[in-house]
Amino acid sequence: MRLTLGLLAVWAIVGLGCGVLLADVLNEFRFLGFPLGFWFAQQGAIITFVVLILIYAVAMGRFDRKLKAELQQIAAEENAS
Amino acid sequence: MTVQQYTFLFVGVTFSLYLFVAWRARVRDTGGFYVAGRGVPAIANGMATAADWMSAASFLGMAGSISLLGYAGGVYLMGWTGGFVLLAILLAPYLRKFGHFTVPDFVGDRFESGTARLVALLCALFISFTYVAGQMRGVGIVFARFLEVDVTVGVIIGMALVFVYATLGGMKGITYTQVVQYWVLICAFVIPVAAISWQLTGQPVPQLGMGSVVTGSGSPGAGERLLDILNTIHEDLGFPSYTDAFTGSWDRTNVFCTTLALMVGTAGLPHVIVRFYTVKNVHAARWSGFWALLFISMLYLSAPATAAFARYYVINSLDGKVASELPSWYTTWSKIGLIIWLDDGDGKLAYRGDARPGENELFRIGKLSKTEFADITTEHQQWLDTSGDQGADGRVIMTARNLDGPDADILVLAMPEMANLAAWIIALVAAGGLAAALSTASGLLLVISSSIAHDFYYRMIRPDATEAQRLKLSRWAIGVAVVIAGIVGIYPPGFVAQVVAFAFGLAASSFFPVLVLGIFTVRVGTVPAIAGMVSGIGFTASYIMWTVFLGGERWCFGIGPQGIGTIGMLVNFAVAGVLTPFCKPPSAAVRKLVQSIREPEDDQSNPPVVH
Repeated sequence: MRLTLGLLAVWAIVGLGCGVLLADVLNEFRFLGFPLGFWFAQQGAIITFVVLILIYAVAMGRFDRKLKAELQQIAAEENAS
Repeated sequence: MTVQQYTFLFVGVTFSLYLFVAWRARVRDTGGFYVAGRGVPAIANGMATAADWMSAASFLGMAGSISLLGYAGGVYLMGWTGGFVLLAILLAPYLRKFGHFTVPDFVGDRFESGTARLVALLCALFISFTYVAGQMRGVGIVFARFLEVDVTVGVIIGMALVFVYATLGGMKGITYTQVVQYWVLICAFVIPVAAISWQLTGQPVPQLGMGSVVTGSGSPGAGERLLDILNTIHEDLGFPSYTDAFTGSWDRTNVFCTTLALMVGTAGLPHVIVRFYTVKNVHAARWSGFWALLFISMLYLSAPATAAFARYYVINSLDGKVASELPSWYTTWSKIGLIIWLDDGDGKLAYRGDARPGENELFRIGKLSKTEFADITTEHQQWLDTSGDQGADGRVIMTARNLDGPDADILVLAMPEMANLAAWIIALVAAGGLAAALSTASGLLLVISSSIAHDFYYRMIRPDATEAQRLKLSRWAIGVAVVIAGIVGIYPPGFVAQVVAFAFGLAASSFFPVLVLGIFTVRVGTVPAIAGMVSGIGFTASYIMWTVFLGGERWCFGIGPQGIGTIGMLVNFAVAGVLTPFCKPPSAAVRKLVQSIREPEDDQSNPPVVH
């Protein structure tokens, strides 16, 4: 759950923050020949989004496995006793 | 070989391929028909979702719109991809765990109400139908331009094809056809833009090319960065700067609200959500969310480059030219009115922005009928011939109707020609446009069919219907839906095109809050959910009606109709939140079910709800 909130925070900061709210400020800077705010709106935000979902899929997969292992352990201990 | 022969070849080959794949994937039960037997691998589902999602609008219209809007075009890029983050993190895995066939199914069961199911059903049908109509227009444009057949014939061919493979294979057939369609459309999009990037900047990666220096000898502005050249030309011709934020009517509030409405709306679109029901388990649902966005981003990251290159070519190949110098793509597209030149009498074409009022000579037919347009051109010719004594200046009339500039839909199709690429590339783009339109249309038709056959007939009217009866009805429903969509495509009612753009606002203000509340709270019950949905969509729809159709003032912080879904969503959340403490909590069974969604699943990954 904390992971979800963290990822959504990044989503909001990069997508809505850098891409929209701060775009005119960031446009003062240059990146690969693009004004930075324009770059975030047309390329950077999308790349960030892909990475966010990747992190989520990997982390949740790990979390699921850990929880399943714990549950199995509890079940095994109950059987043993 | 000519462009037309290549187009026939590519369209013929791809169409036969789609039919072959559908035949191999034909199905015999409702599970297979609605959710492909829940056996689709995550990567394949990702590709299918990408093809499903990327419609004729993404393929043909989006890059064109960005090209005309500059920075503000980013709202579509960010909005339509950012929504996938919400979908993949907040909705898809949980909905998959719940284990239904459709979205109204979830709403009906979670909130224990036939009314909630019906409201959700109507929203799903409305959104899907407005969307399908847009796809058919895309099919019509491609056929009319490249195969020179009548739009009507084009739509009928497209519909017949979808009909065959959708009724044959249901979701399974559609899924595997969409995988093929994904590759057709992505190649058709990326190859031309990479070729142009290489030709113009010597940089074959278009995403880098659009930031690079223009090198081609004889290219206007060679030696400077492409975006700088665009900004300079824009300033000279009276357009707002290409890269600056918040120009014209796109102020900060509007860009913000529109982006958010598109994001949230994307996450609430029924035909995208339903794709996540086709995978084996929750784990696969999460991964297919990732693959989907990765595949989508291939196109969405190339589109801004396409847009910038198209802008460069459009201005340089048209502005200041006399009739004999105009490129051949101008002639072809002007035949169907998607780009129109109304001269001021000096014989030179002038393409100008709002900052140079009264000077622009480039227009499009928009929603004018052919006779209306013919009247305007006749009057205009008379005005020219008599030096303004008689007739009327067509430019004034067209400007008053907001029809200045070329139609955004043609830029992607025309760009390979602008850059003088090989004939086979031009034909490839046509096949790609068809793939994009057909894949989306088939996904939507399946949503319509399952809404009617499953949610309405089976869950509400005849719960005792047998498997065979339901499958038969599903096939019938999809057939009828195809025919209706075809008719709407041939005779588009004027309002449809306008409404499509707002479907996202409607989805954002109706489905998204209800799904989030349904998954993440145990307490919200029937009444707040329905009240929230109705007030959210009611507010959004009435604001759109008020500002667009009744010409009313934008009283809500000056937000335009495209962005109002954001406020509608807040209204929905607020209404549901305020009512919840006063209403009955959901039954113990539902509370237990909601809690179980968030636990990791067992190995069999059986859906908790039994049908």
